[in-house]
Amino acid sequence: MQITITVNGEPRTAEAEPRTLLVHFLRDNLGMKGTHWGCDTSNCGACVVLVDGEPVKSCTMLAAMAEGHEVRTVEGLERDGHLDPVQQGFMEEHGLQCGFCTPGMMLTARALLDSNPNPTDDEIRVAISGQICRCTGYKNIIKSVRWAAEHGEEVTA
Amino acid sequence: MAGTTERPTGFGRLKRKEDPRFIRGQGHYVDDVTLPGMLHGAVLRSPLAHARITSIDTSAAQQHPKVRAVITGKDLEAQGLAWMPTLSADTQAVLATDKVRFQGQEVAFVIADDEYAARDALELIDVDYEPLPVVVDPRTALDAGAPVIRDDKDGKSDNHIFDWEAGSEEECDRVFEDADVTLVTQEIPFQRVHPAPLETCGAVADYDAVTGKLRLWCTTQAPHAHRTLYALVAGLPEHKIQVIAPDIGGGFGNKVPIYPGYVCAIVGSIVTGKPVKWMEDRTENLTSTGFARDYLMRGRIAADRDGKIRALRVDVLADHGAFNATAQPSKYPAGFFHIFTGSYDLEAAYCTVKGVYTNKAPGGVAYRCSFRVTEAAYLVERMVDLLADELEIDPVELRMKNFIKKEQFPYTTRTGWVYDSGDYAATMNEALRIAGYDELRKEQAEKRARGEYMGIGCSFFTETVGAGPKKDMDIAGLGMADGAELRVHPTGKAVLRISVKTQGQGHETTFAQIVAEELGIPPEDVEVVHGDTDQTPFGLGTYGSRSTPVSGAATAMVSRKIRDKARLIASAALEVSPDDLEWERGRWFVKGDPEKGQTIQEAAFAAHGTLTLPEGVEGHLDAEAVYDPPNLTYPCGAYICVVDVDPGTGEVKIRRFIAVDDCGVRINPMIVEGQVHGGLAEGVGIALMQHIAFDDQGNCLSGSFMDYLVPSSMEVPDWELGETVTPSPHHPIGAKGVGESSNVGSPPAVVNAVVDALEPFGVRHVDMPVTPARVWEAIQHGTTRPPQ
Amino acid sequence: MQVPAPFDYARASSVDEAIALLERLGPEARLVAGGHSLLPMMKLRLATPEHLIDINPLESELNYIREEGGLVRIGALTRHRDVLASEVLARHYPIVREAEELIADPPVRNRGTVGGALCQADPSEDLSAVFAALGAVTVIRGSGGERVVTMEDFHEGPYETAVGDAEMLVEVRVPIREHGGSAYEKVKRRTGDWATAASGVALWLDGANVGAAGIALSAVNPTGIRSTRAEQALIGRPPSEEAFAEAAALAAEDCNPATDQRGPADYKRHLAQELTHRALRRAAERALAS
Repeated sequence: MQITITVNGEPRTAEAEPRTLLVHFLRDNLGMKGTHWGCDTSNCGACVVLVDGEPVKSCTMLAAMAEGHEVRTVEGLERDGHLDPVQQGFMEEHGLQCGFCTPGMMLTARALLDSNPNPTDDEIRVAISGQICRCTGYKNIIKSVRWAAEHGEEVTA
Repeated sequence: MAGTTERPTGFGRLKRKEDPRFIRGQGHYVDDVTLPGMLHGAVLRSPLAHARITSIDTSAAQQHPKVRAVITGKDLEAQGLAWMPTLSADTQAVLATDKVRFQGQEVAFVIADDEYAARDALELIDVDYEPLPVVVDPRTALDAGAPVIRDDKDGKSDNHIFDWEAGSEEECDRVFEDADVTLVTQEIPFQRVHPAPLETCGAVADYDAVTGKLRLWCTTQAPHAHRTLYALVAGLPEHKIQVIAPDIGGGFGNKVPIYPGYVCAIVGSIVTGKPVKWMEDRTENLTSTGFARDYLMRGRIAADRDGKIRALRVDVLADHGAFNATAQPSKYPAGFFHIFTGSYDLEAAYCTVKGVYTNKAPGGVAYRCSFRVTEAAYLVERMVDLLADELEIDPVELRMKNFIKKEQFPYTTRTGWVYDSGDYAATMNEALRIAGYDELRKEQAEKRARGEYMGIGCSFFTETVGAGPKKDMDIAGLGMADGAELRVHPTGKAVLRISVKTQGQGHETTFAQIVAEELGIPPEDVEVVHGDTDQTPFGLGTYGSRSTPVSGAATAMVSRKIRDKARLIASAALEVSPDDLEWERGRWFVKGDPEKGQTIQEAAFAAHGTLTLPEGVEGHLDAEAVYDPPNLTYPCGAYICVVDVDPGTGEVKIRRFIAVDDCGVRINPMIVEGQVHGGLAEGVGIALMQHIAFDDQGNCLSGSFMDYLVPSSMEVPDWELGETVTPSPHHPIGAKGVGESSNVGSPPAVVNAVVDALEPFGVRHVDMPVTPARVWEAIQHGTTRPPQ
Repeated sequence: MQVPAPFDYARASSVDEAIALLERLGPEARLVAGGHSLLPMMKLRLATPEHLIDINPLESELNYIREEGGLVRIGALTRHRDVLASEVLARHYPIVREAEELIADPPVRNRGTVGGALCQADPSEDLSAVFAALGAVTVIRGSGGERVVTMEDFHEGPYETAVGDAEMLVEVRVPIREHGGSAYEKVKRRTGDWATAASGVALWLDGANVGAAGIALSAVNPTGIRSTRAEQALIGRPPSEEAFAEAAALAAEDCNPATDQRGPADYKRHLAQELTHRALRRAAERALAS
């Protein structure tokens, strides 16, 4: 079937089987490899993208189900050559090591800050609790999100 | 202040050079590799733990319109590839020919146009199995009449793999005979766990029949070792094999071995003439690739009444699964387990390790630790707490009393290790200070009076990392020395080529910093090339915290060669004797005339330019080094864990975790701290939840992240770190390696804390993983039930 | 990565169309909403529907939480995140937010729906216990019209519900009653894990005594989630530690847990008692404060 999804603001169309998972549609049909996957059971969250602004596990959503919706991926975080404060925060606070969970973590952070610009550490912990990081022990991810909350304006200015 | 804003020119808190690509989603992992005409492979796996294969019918799968080939063990047998050697001088089936020996074992390989079709076709393969009795419990593996798992091996009539010992039984017995106190532990298991990096294992093989060249993109921590092993196994000429480890999504030891899927992808590419990608799913990762631990340990400790520990003895039964694929240096079938003497000055020590086959997945990888060091550290730190309990001495005080003293280094242990340096009391004291240990004990007493169960657990570990000296250590015959090549281009920008491979440790940053520190050039002027065997010198790879101890040393040495050569060039340029030159960071200058000098950058241009070089000095500013470490390095650390236990539900909340690490000189403290955080989370996960479990038929019960639980952000505390710095005396920059220390030291701290919390219930030990159910059972029975 | 077997895909644009599609396509058709129960089963190929009917386009029709006529009505396509965020539900039934905070994880809650959770009927699912304790009813629609089914009758067994092949759950109705309090207690091994055991409790006071009670447990019974003997033990008595202990003991006695990776049966039975007791205490405090 033909599937059209708005990805990072651009309508993108590709031919895919109905069973195509959104993560595979993004990676294989559209060639956007920034979204990863790490499990089969919706536990790890490496595949998190934003659908209509909300973090969603793209391994547990059919691409067909995203038709007509807005999907935002890691490739859409940087805008007009400016890094998102979340991206900057992850670099500043050493919020990533192997980088595999990072796209999903950053997108969740972006959604959190959009709805709650000044979250507490506990709110950040809850927000990322559906996503596994095997490298950082989470502490620096939390610091990275907080950095973005505290420096958001100066980065985007 | 731990600021990251300043730009260090050498060691210091430098932001990572690899981050800009990762934060843009431009990391390049194996599954991101897409080649023209690429096909996709999928592995059919055994549903049974032990069964004879009576027939395999692949005809329906072959007829699937998108299937290009189906490969079985019989097909591989014809090429002599059905079996491959393991890293422990055993053999492992690539695709089963005679029997399946664990649930999840590789039986057939389907190659199709896309992954969805390949997986559909797996369902079309019909395999007839004749079930056989299984060996699940290693305690029964050597029973008379136990089914023989490895009947493929000529004359094999039991499931025994090896017996190994270290230390002196005689000396140990003598001390035990005259000690005031002797204590025998119950059987203490270190459960089977899995490293579970977030990226699973996989490969893309591209064999070009015209040139005979095989390119293999692979999730490997040891690309050079893999290349050589493929050459030895498959008979491919080694210069025609290029192994590329692109960005790796975590390894933790899981990506050291060669797995059947990699070999299938290579064969698949040769058979189809197309590139073939194979990526395992999470279930395949957890059920078939390298597990870790799975030791059943029984310890004995001899001490004086006043708490002086005199001797330790440990007997281990090691479950190696169906094939002995343990990754460790050849001479050490139980890895470095004989570091179980820990951080203590003993009169005698002795250990035995017996390895057996069972119908479980092969592995025994060093999961975020040097080989078997985590098992050893857990056992000794549990034993010390049991002794403290027996003698009614504070566990910290008991450790302090028995530490190897600063002035005793270098210290030769009773099992033969030569510890390089340490100041254990200082490290311990720093942890006590950060924790506010005395206050915590006061708080605990008050809480106990109110019926609240708070526990404080301590551990102190010494790790042995950086394998290792060629005279002592090899893997599959390959010595464990690492090369490094450094080229300084005419404009003073440098390219460093190394054999080790980051899986997130930040080598592109820290190795540039080593060069920067040695040569005084900015780290951003140093490009680090790694992960491609055609581009880098030989070396054994990244595991066992060996990158900094071995390749870091090679990098320092190659930088020093450049510095020495720059001196000769400067002497020619400045027309003075080399002996008249003095080094300051980045520059040789004339003694007594500091204005007159030449920077490394100037020397680089001169070396490539028209300057007449002294006799015997070749042009250019390049150098190579191979570093054979004279000894291993011995990082250590003191950890304190504070837990609150809900006795009604058995739930454990880790409230605080204090980790003071001494890894010698820190190249990039920001990265060191990140490594420590990560290892702590994994150690806490192992202590509380991670467990690869089996039922009595050998079915794996932990085949997904729904049942193999790893910590989320909610289960870990806000880590509190500290440091002491005792440089390694034999390492060129005094560094010791740190990536794994915290995974070694943290499990006993957590378990000791839980046992401490449960002391009012008479609990002396709780087996890992310390689940709510186990804690509740411990409270009911005073200890845990015998392990399943 | 594991992937589903092939299927035909259709989108429903109304409840009536979804039901018509179910009737036309027969028993090999399945509805998919959030997909967080069904798609993982399909990846494991434990579920291989020939037709998948996507009802996400019904969001405007079936995603709502409305207070009206002495009821809170919850549309079947209401997402967990909306249930968690609902002030109406939090005000009337604190149990709902307490349970929702412990269901799966935030991205899963962004997709998973009330209807999907109830229709999956996993014995360890939480909302079934919550709604059973609150005395809620379900509304099931087929081509012949709607029928109202109590939570007890809705939940026919593990993975079995009263919803027929060509029917769909469209709404959950929760009665609003005064002088009530409710609470949820759950033990799990890790964030996002299914319950090892959980207990949902609601109490309504009639003067100084308990006038009505709902006690429903999760993960400790293959079938039957309400503990009526425990409820009866509270009615007509003032809320007290003795009464709670008695009711909790009955709840534990009446459950039938299985030993598995989450723990042995005796531990889960203990949790049934411990968690019910704790939930009763907190529910009673809330009822007394209301």
